[in-house]
Amino acid sequence: MPRTLYEKLFDEHLVASPPDEAPLLYIDLHLIHEVTSPQAFDGLRLASRRVRRPERTLATADHNVPTDPPSTPVSDPISRRQLEALDENCREFGITLFPRGDEHQGIVHVIGPELGATQPGMTIVCGDSHTSTHGAFGALAFGIGTSEVEHVLATQTLPHQRARTMAVTIDGTVPPGVSAKDIVLAIVARLGTGGGAGHVIEYRGQAIRDLSMEGRMTICNMSIEAGARAGLIGVDDTTIDYLREHVIVDADEFARLAARWRTYVSDDDAPFDREVTLRAEDLVPSVTWGTNPAQVVALDGVVPSPQDEPDPAQAEAAARALAYMGLEPGTPMRAVTVDVVFIGSCTNSRLEDLRAAAEVVRGRRVADGVRALVVPGSHAVKRHAESEGLDRVFLDAGFEWREPGCSMCLGMNPDQLRPGQRSASTSNRNFEGRQGRGGRTHLVSPAVAAATALMGRFASPTEVDA
Amino acid sequence: MNPVRVVEGRAVPLERSDVDTDQIIPSEWLKRVERTGFGRGLFSEWRDDPDFVLNQPAYAGATILVAQARFGTGSSREHAVWALMDYGFTAVVASSFGDIFANNAASQGLVTVTLPADALEELTRLVKADPSRLVVVDVERLLVEVPDATWQHPFTLNALTRERLLHGWDTIGLTLRHDDEIARFESTHWTPRVPTRFAP
Ligand code: SF4
Repeated sequence: MPRTLYEKLFDEHLVASPPDEAPLLYIDLHLIHEVTSPQAFDGLRLASRRVRRPERTLATADHNVPTDPPSTPVSDPISRRQLEALDENCREFGITLFPRGDEHQGIVHVIGPELGATQPGMTIVCGDSHTSTHGAFGALAFGIGTSEVEHVLATQTLPHQRARTMAVTIDGTVPPGVSAKDIVLAIVARLGTGGGAGHVIEYRGQAIRDLSMEGRMTICNMSIEAGARAGLIGVDDTTIDYLREHVIVDADEFARLAARWRTYVSDDDAPFDREVTLRAEDLVPSVTWGTNPAQVVALDGVVPSPQDEPDPAQAEAAARALAYMGLEPGTPMRAVTVDVVFIGSCTNSRLEDLRAAAEVVRGRRVADGVRALVVPGSHAVKRHAESEGLDRVFLDAGFEWREPGCSMCLGMNPDQLRPGQRSASTSNRNFEGRQGRGGRTHLVSPAVAAATALMGRFASPTEVDA
Repeated sequence: MNPVRVVEGRAVPLERSDVDTDQIIPSEWLKRVERTGFGRGLFSEWRDDPDFVLNQPAYAGATILVAQARFGTGSSREHAVWALMDYGFTAVVASSFGDIFANNAASQGLVTVTLPADALEELTRLVKADPSRLVVVDVERLLVEVPDATWQHPFTLNALTRERLLHGWDTIGLTLRHDDEIARFESTHWTPRVPTRFAP
């Protein structure tokens, strides 16, 4: 019986399937961070439980770390307390931690792959919904809540109801200027914010195969924005080539691992519960106009009218979104001006993203009145970018070049929008207030974010030479 | 977690779809290391508005939240569930929920009731017509009722979630009964160890 990749991963990690209980899956890698773990460790202490597999657990400080140089103290006492709690908990329970300023520190979904910890065939969980990112490696990776974090710490397993499978296939080759971010925005727009609920999505087709691992991570990252628990991409040469650079083992061991890793693909003819197909040729550079990531329009398009929305509930949601965003239907997106440009987050803060943005920015200046910041996803990304001189490109253009962290993706640290400010952001959520109370977020690719910073309004890289 | 058999009280209609967990509890609240005290942060961006439904005296003390489609999507923050419960809610009714939110709710004993859109509309109408009405969510019989309007509607709940709610089971305790199976699995599982040496 041919099986999908999800089914293979599920079967291989099934520890027990007791009657009247959810199937119990083994967890190979548990990533933790400061925000969703303190209450889990408290729970362990209350019940006198230990961490079953500290060596399968990695911790980093990312969500609320300031992005100032590590030598500056954390000024917010509540944030400081949370970072200290992570330190203390990792020490007490014997967990490897990459704290603020550490050479390996960074956004949890950026460092897992770059440290070689994320590998095909694994189950990976983290108290963060964008854990789906790691699915780009043919690993079953999904976000969990704090009680589940405690459960994994204590048992290295998780009860997991078998999900339905969905194949999203993108045939053909994308037109020039269309990035992974544009592909995934099109997917989320097509499925809607709830379209993937209860499903694990496997992305397939030529346009996906053509992507680098960075691009594939961008795609899997936003699976959750379509409501899916996880995203998956089968292992191929691109995956193996990436792993060769990142997993530290000798050549024989690598060959043995690679042979095994290559089995993490769906069998030919494996049936999916649902199949969705998009044509790569139809995809265009895109931008969100509303307050959920499915509210997407072409960069060349105009702000849509709620009156064109057939479903009354959706029409009302659209009207509410436009009021919050301060936009009038019919306005060309290219006429909408921005106050802030944010290049960062686990969606788009890897080297390839920074290179794409820097290429647009090189030798040019950020528009007057625009605050533009680049927040590399990790110290490794930052070091690498600096070795290529990308920091100079951004700084010379008037961008801020900051320390790694989640930063303005969720506005927990001081990097926030003020009420009414409008941003072009390479992150993944344009929810009300996500980047700061009253802030208005538009999601875009790194190249469009860069062009927008230069023009002071939404713009494509092709416009900046004019 | 305490067992939950029947939840009853007033209900408050939140007439918005796509209420993600960032709306339920904004990120500024996530810096806290405690599990309690999140009620003040519940829907905090909307609570400045005097017209917001939670600010209306008629709905004071409500224990059941009547939402709409896709409630609790987005971020995995369990703080959303803690905030709803700390505020006093013991059940949320909606036409669909975010997957992670629903899991988090089940682990804390917050009942999530999924109703079809038309039934949800009717319930919302009944509650708006008379906010003092008693609404009953019966986990045992899997029914939502408005007794004084003789209205009721069945709902489904994953059998396991229902058992967990009814018995107040500690999931970790349940899993630890499989300790031998976990150990046996670990002894043959192929996946290489998470590396302890990292690329520079
Ligand atoms: S960058 Fe944003 S989405 Fe990614 S883990 Fe951090 S807060 Fe979550």
